[in-house]
Amino acid sequence: MSALETFVDAADETLLAVEGVTLSFGGVQAIKDVSFDIKKGEIRAIIGPNGAGKTSMLNVINGFYHPQKGKITFKGNTRTDMRPHVAATQGISRTFQNVALFRGMSTLDNIMTGRTLKMTTNLFWHLFRFGPAEQEELEHREFVERIIDFLEIQHIRKTPVGRLPYGLQKRVELGRALAAQPDLLLLDEPMAGMNLEEKEDMSRFVIDVNDQFGTTIALIEHDMGVVMDLSNRVVVLDHGEKIADGTPDEVKSNQDVIDAYLGVAH
Amino acid sequence: MGEILHGIFINPFIEIAGAPDLFVQVLWEGFVSGTLYALIALGFVLIFKASGVFNFAQGIMVVFGALSLVGLFAAGVPAWLALILCIGIMFGLAWGVERVVLRNLVNQEPIILFMATIGLNYFLIGFGEFIFGGEPKTMITSEIGLPTGSFDFEVLGGLVSLQQIDVSAAVIAGLLVAGLAVFFNKTRIGRALRAVADDHQAAMSVGITLQQIWVIVWFAAGIVALTTGIMWGARSDVSFALSIVALKALPVLILGGFTSVPGAIVGGLIIGISEKLAEFYWGPLVGGSIESWFPYFLALIFLWFRPQGLFGERIIERV
Repeated sequence: MSALETFVDAADETLLAVEGVTLSFGGVQAIKDVSFDIKKGEIRAIIGPNGAGKTSMLNVINGFYHPQKGKITFKGNTRTDMRPHVAATQGISRTFQNVALFRGMSTLDNIMTGRTLKMTTNLFWHLFRFGPAEQEELEHREFVERIIDFLEIQHIRKTPVGRLPYGLQKRVELGRALAAQPDLLLLDEPMAGMNLEEKEDMSRFVIDVNDQFGTTIALIEHDMGVVMDLSNRVVVLDHGEKIADGTPDEVKSNQDVIDAYLGVAH
Repeated sequence: MGEILHGIFINPFIEIAGAPDLFVQVLWEGFVSGTLYALIALGFVLIFKASGVFNFAQGIMVVFGALSLVGLFAAGVPAWLALILCIGIMFGLAWGVERVVLRNLVNQEPIILFMATIGLNYFLIGFGEFIFGGEPKTMITSEIGLPTGSFDFEVLGGLVSLQQIDVSAAVIAGLLVAGLAVFFNKTRIGRALRAVADDHQAAMSVGITLQQIWVIVWFAAGIVALTTGIMWGARSDVSFALSIVALKALPVLILGGFTSVPGAIVGGLIIGISEKLAEFYWGPLVGGSIESWFPYFLALIFLWFRPQGLFGERIIERV
């Protein structure tokens, strides 16, 4: 009983809280006073029609955009804005809506860049690729190989990612984000443009990451079937405002959500 | 008319066949200037790849590096210490450029950054003249341990003479390029540099700081510039005219592509060798000194056929 309680407590711990965030570009309000939270260990979906402000929200969380109002609390630290590399340092990694890989580099090197913050040797050693730098390189290489195994992309380890099909690129991008061993993983439409089989693979990886590593995941996705299957809780945005928040079932039957998606005569 | 055609298509080859040792000598001269063009172009490529900035000041960085070395030595600093201090100066320059120029211009149009480097160019000219004076100086070649004699070889029935300074220039350039290649391909910081070159946003999302990378890449370009300055200074004088010669890197870049390190090297060698051959064998036709414009002419022809350069990435627009 007590063991179960601890488990429930852990599941209830808030990892990230967004409070009253407002973001505008010039005169356009992309996000209007949105608040929601992400609990440790859950898969949280952010959905909404095109232009609802979903990607802007991810960009705010990971520090690309700086909101005019509101605050964000991550692992107990509150801030209004931060730089992307600070977000990365604190344990937030992400993927991008339009795959943003380092196209000239191999799969292996791309995923190795995800280890950037875990590697500490300085420029001096690197100039000679000697001693600690060499040692460190090998250690991290081993970790990256495990990710490659996990994502089943051994066969493309040395291939420049620019040549890979889209579905595999998305997988490499996930690998790069995982390499940082994030506390919070932000996935921006991880299944966009994929065929059914690729979607099933990707869904499996998302679930496995969440299960096996306990990584908290926030994802944006358009495929409602995927969202309802994967996520524990869903927040719905429309025109920059939050219109619903709850379990997939609650959200599915919410009249505002149905209106937003289907359009309604006012 | 017949005479001109003869002069273009027949005479030079008769000369080459008649004096193969001279031909080898000309090739070698071309190879050495090609190596130095390649180094200058390499400095451009490094910065262009990592920050998308066409650094107009690369040429003056070459001069500035060489001037600092000579100037420090003239002020009584021992040669070896002056060399180390120069490396420090190049680092200071990189840091200053990031701090004062680049940081304030993040996310600006490339043309704005380009203009900023033109400003930097003139600042360095003025600052250099202010500190070191404008008159040409002699490189302290033997003081920093570079050889000055020559190797003479018996080749194809004639004597070919290789200046030892030229041989060391080629060797040092080769080592520098090999070192940079290992650094770029095999280390975390090198990987971060390539990552930034490919995609700024993605690089930031994995925790790479652009500022740090820019300092490192300008520093690397500074080291390349310093090396070029020493080598070139040893062959002629150390003067501000060098920065005009450095503009020869433009045709090199057009040939090799702005984003390719191998392209800079191959392009540099092609330009160096072809300009010397053209000067020596075809120059007399038009009264000589075609060396100064031939590379640009070659680059123009090249633009017709491969605008992206030999190794440059072809730009494919998705429509």
